[in-house]
Amino acid sequence: MEKLKTVDELEPLFKDRMRLLVGGFGISGTPLTVLHALPGFKAGDYEVVSNNLGDYGKGLHKVFEAGKIAKAIGSFFTINKEAVTAWSKGELAIDLLPQGTLAEAIRCGGAGIGGFYTPTAVGTKLAEGKEVREIDGVRYLFEKAIKGDLALIKAAKADKAGNLIYHTTARNFNPVMATAAATVIAEVDEIVEIGELRPEEIITPHIYVDYVVKSKYVKKGDDYVEVN
Amino acid sequence: MKLTKRDVIAKRIAQELKDGDSVNLGVGIPTLVAKYIGDKKVYLQSENGLLGIGPPPNEDELDIDLIDAGKNPVSIMPDASYFDSAFSFGMIRGHHIDVAVLGTLEVDRYGEIANWSVPNQPILGVGGAMDLVAGAKKVIVASTLFTKDGSPKLVESLTLDSSGERLVNQFVTEYASFTFEDGKIFADDIYGDMTFEELQDKIGLPLTQK
Repeated sequence: MEKLKTVDELEPLFKDRMRLLVGGFGISGTPLTVLHALPGFKAGDYEVVSNNLGDYGKGLHKVFEAGKIAKAIGSFFTINKEAVTAWSKGELAIDLLPQGTLAEAIRCGGAGIGGFYTPTAVGTKLAEGKEVREIDGVRYLFEKAIKGDLALIKAAKADKAGNLIYHTTARNFNPVMATAAATVIAEVDEIVEIGELRPEEIITPHIYVDYVVKSKYVKKGDDYVEVN
Repeated sequence: MKLTKRDVIAKRIAQELKDGDSVNLGVGIPTLVAKYIGDKKVYLQSENGLLGIGPPPNEDELDIDLIDAGKNPVSIMPDASYFDSAFSFGMIRGHHIDVAVLGTLEVDRYGEIANWSVPNQPILGVGGAMDLVAGAKKVIVASTLFTKDGSPKLVESLTLDSSGERLVNQFVTEYASFTFEDGKIFADDIYGDMTFEELQDKIGLPLTQK
């Protein structure tokens, strides 16, 4: 399978100041194997688009701790105390967006749409400096689409063409991020033969997926553990 | 057994839900509403991509990937479905969710709420709060009526950051349930141990009894 790579083989894809779209909600649906390799890679100063910066000292949290994140765009950073501290010291730039606005901006980015008008956040602090337009009597806020250089996503299974299916709520931001970046790396739990996934169940068609990495993590109870 | 304040609020909100409603429950008191739904058939939505949250899972059924928006493990109903985050917020913003139950820090006399920024802390988290305020067909906010230092959360005008222009439909507290109309606050249902006059006195704003 040509798309199948080890995470180390993918290091040349990572360049300084790239914008990374990183899937996951908390730790659910997070590409842990790929993220945990980033502290060891040369590149850094990333602008990261993700709902939050990892959880439980895992995922993006490790990338942040390694000093590789210059800016974060997401919806919920309050639980990440170190990120809040770094932000107040001016060491980390944060762009806060409502979660639905974040998701829709990425969807638009991947669908060839330049931006959209949403009723969310009109009249709030998060609307400051943004265009407001009334359409049929309702006030909407203009939000630009979001695209990335690299998307790091997590799926349950890939077939050998790169078609993806997801596990339960681990789907979250992953399918939209797969559409919105120049290059897409999908970490998966399992790789199956072409034909084993029913066309009806495929959520992300293979043309969106450039590389597939087999996850080093397995679920054990309510945690992820690394296996060799 | 006497219910806690939080349970009184949750139970009162459960009364508002109807058979067939799709409902999004926020974190905190709103999550407790699920305990009091009883025989009513409601479809619980979680904005991270699930319609059809089931009862709390047993220890041996925990799946770290299967969580609600508060990142707690959940189970699913037989009629449940999964979808991605963009689809999920389309469901919310597109008025397909009948009721959103949200926590709040303040409610003004028009029904505008502040429920996302924490006082004296940098504002670095909003999550799905503003999308739910803007998009659910009906918004019910749940909170104790007074802060820890005794000041009312029902206020003349918000002192904390607004969650959006959309006015909420109902504010349910441990003492009473309130609705709003053109700046008038209606105490629709008083069930706690304070009278209408006592409530009006402690809140410091004119109330109307329905």
